[in-house]
Amino acid sequence: MNGFSFRSLLRRPEMGSVLSLVLVVAFYVIIGHVDVGNLVGAASWLNFAANLGIVALPVGLLMIAGELDISIGSMIPAGSMTVAILSGYYELPIVVGILGALGFGVAVGLFNGYLATHTTVPSLIITLGSLVAVQGVVLSGSMLLTGAASVPLDAPDWAKTVFGHLIANKYQVIVFWWLGLTALFALFLHVSPWGNWVFALGGDETSARNAGIPTNRLKIMLFVMSSTAAAFVGMCGAIVFNSAQVSGGMNYIFNVIVSVVVGGVLLTGGFGSIIGIFFGAITFAIVNQGIYFTDIDRNWSNLIIGVMLIAAVLMNNTFRKMALAYAPRKKK
Amino acid sequence: MADQTPILELEHVDKSFGPIDVLMDINLKVHAGEVLCLLGDNGAGKSTLIKTLCGVFKPTAGKILMDGKDVRFNRPRDAQEMGISTVHQFGGTFALMSIGRSFFVGVEPTRGWGPFKIFDRAKANEIAVRAVRDFGITRIEDGDRLVGGLSGGERQSLAIARAVHFGARVLILDEPTAALGVKQASHVLRIINEAKRRGLAVIFITHQVMHAMAVGDHFAVLIRGAIAADFRRGEKTREEITDLMAGGETMADLEASIESYEDTHEGRPPPPAP
Repeated sequence: MNGFSFRSLLRRPEMGSVLSLVLVVAFYVIIGHVDVGNLVGAASWLNFAANLGIVALPVGLLMIAGELDISIGSMIPAGSMTVAILSGYYELPIVVGILGALGFGVAVGLFNGYLATHTTVPSLIITLGSLVAVQGVVLSGSMLLTGAASVPLDAPDWAKTVFGHLIANKYQVIVFWWLGLTALFALFLHVSPWGNWVFALGGDETSARNAGIPTNRLKIMLFVMSSTAAAFVGMCGAIVFNSAQVSGGMNYIFNVIVSVVVGGVLLTGGFGSIIGIFFGAITFAIVNQGIYFTDIDRNWSNLIIGVMLIAAVLMNNTFRKMALAYAPRKKK
Repeated sequence: MADQTPILELEHVDKSFGPIDVLMDINLKVHAGEVLCLLGDNGAGKSTLIKTLCGVFKPTAGKILMDGKDVRFNRPRDAQEMGISTVHQFGGTFALMSIGRSFFVGVEPTRGWGPFKIFDRAKANEIAVRAVRDFGITRIEDGDRLVGGLSGGERQSLAIARAVHFGARVLILDEPTAALGVKQASHVLRIINEAKRRGLAVIFITHQVMHAMAVGDHFAVLIRGAIAADFRRGEKTREEITDLMAGGETMADLEASIESYEDTHEGRPPPPAP
């Protein structure tokens, strides 16, 4: 009796993403004649979802806090190039490469966060600037130091085990990082007292500051988390595929934003959930990779993503209205 | 009452921004258990005065006294810690947070130990709901409801209950009834009376004379940055106050000019100004 009912589920922010997932899978099964057993066990979408999901978590948190970070698009190649140049080209211990990649992420995050808190420039523009600037740094740095735009990396076994080997020859170990980080972020946002600060920051920054929340420090920390997560994903990619390229990563910008928005996070901040972001990434990955399991020509996949995005956002709006309008019936 | 020290007192407070004087020689007092109504038309300096009281601005000259002692607020937090709480027009503004969560923003109750402290949702909800219900809003029962789903009056009441719960001694209400319907507004006025009964000093900013007269003990009318009138309950009629707020251009004169227009134009009212 204690509050668990279908209607109370409908008021949760992640409901839209769960329903989108169900609809997409149903669509693929009915129209595309997908073998569900094949689809569920497939590594392609799971690996895709893990890489996407790790970046989507902190970006979603930032969006709940009312900010946006698109510099992740160049932080992914930056992370993989840093580890490859340090540990591949210069043959330094892999630990130096890993710390270098993550340190690069922290530095860019601090830069984004500092500008976002100390100027009135919208974070979309700030991170657009750092997106392009980091791209330039990575390309020219790579050409200056190594003379090439692609650098090989041969990581030692322990580093491969932790960050980048293929389990059963198909599942990337990063899937476990994704699951672990999802749990960690869920604890942070929904269980710890700091989660409340993130919602308050996105709901009304001035009131949050007046209530004593260190809004600037919190915001800078969130920016550091998102660019470091992107560098981490890039670094794991270099370790698993034994090489790094300066290009790539740009697709992540839109993919991550779509996952987060499908996951029920309000673009303007103040509302969302980690479970929603988690399912948003899965839904996106299934649409994007699951199409190879269907009879449908894969050129249609972007159309499906577009339709799904709009449908999910419409559902999310409806569920949010239901959550707002909710009031328990008067007890007799 | 008269020989008590006021909780909050302004002495000869001036505030100017560069060459522009916004507040001039403001003298005000408010005692515990008293409602001071601050009346004034738009642009009279009400917002600047509130922001000076709650620590956003520092006065250019003059003193702010609390319990007779000179105080200085460097930021809004300082004023809050001294017990001055400001509730803005739309009350708690975290529309998409639950009642329990928004009530405790910045001071979350936790249970657990060390780094494993977790937000105590049940406790937060219970305290928040009880605090609001103590103010007579019995329609709120579930602390998980989102603030945005409450009516305007309920949101105001929630914000006032929150301020009182966290030890406010002076409550500054910035146009709490401006955006509300008649019934909701009377709700808020009842809450103001309840706060006053509990011994809070209330500074009630409004331009609705009716609302001010319903709860006020003491009135101050602000015109172009100066206090134009300072009087107690019962000393002036509603018409006199309205005239004062309009800056001396009396309502009676306006009515007379309309009447004379109607007399010469076969009873039709004058056309609205373009």
